[in-house]
Amino acid sequence: MRTHDEILDAIRSHGSKAYPEESCGFLLGRMTEAGNYVAAVVPVKNSRKSNRERRFRIEAEDFHRADQAARKQGWDIVGFYHSHPDHPARPSATDLAEATFPGYTYVIVSVLKRRPGQITAWSLWPDRSRFESEPIEIISEINVTP
Amino acid sequence: MKTSQYTNTPIHIPAPLRSYTGGQSIINVNGGSVEEALNDLVHQFPALKQHLFNEEGTLRTFVNIYLNDDDIRYLRQTSTELSEDDELTIVPSIAGGCPAVSFG
Repeated sequence: MRTHDEILDAIRSHGSKAYPEESCGFLLGRMTEAGNYVAAVVPVKNSRKSNRERRFRIEAEDFHRADQAARKQGWDIVGFYHSHPDHPARPSATDLAEATFPGYTYVIVSVLKRRPGQITAWSLWPDRSRFESEPIEIISEINVTP
Repeated sequence: MKTSQYTNTPIHIPAPLRSYTGGQSIINVNGGSVEEALNDLVHQFPALKQHLFNEEGTLRTFVNIYLNDDDIRYLRQTSTELSEDDELTIVPSIAGGCPAVSFG
């Protein structure tokens, strides 16, 4: 994925604020031949009723609202982020089992005792069998328009 | 055989599925119900079927269909009838969580 420093900072900051629970949100931008470009993030409520320290859920209703807002700005939802409090920034078996369509970018930030750490990006293999690491390219100029 | 009463119901396609619709974000489909509309969608773009439906032919658990601003789960599911000026949207739900092993 290609994005800006401020985007990664916003994901880290949300992970820290939500600690010890998992944070989650949407990545807005554009799917391009060069990969997913992320122009903005939209934090969203972790709707799990319990065990929010180890699990997150984004309701379809929240997706629908964010999708409509993104479209008005000329962007698409191109992925999601969530935090792993006191756990490494790599996809879990739960992440794989609960994954949605291939093509989205899944960003994970590790948060250790409220301090954000490693941030990684992943894409779901087309046959949904595994996640593949996705390089994060930091760009300074916005070269994709809504 | 039930005939389709309405045509040209637009379905909004989420970004990752547009690689199967020739890049189109909105597809117009024929059908008088959500089920008929979805059938027409996968008839037009067969590669979409594996992403929307499981082996039993029902919608995958993370796939939700919105009729305008309403989840069809709270209407009449895929039997929900369509009216003129309706819009459909394919909406995924997302979940996950931590690995079993922590930093220790």
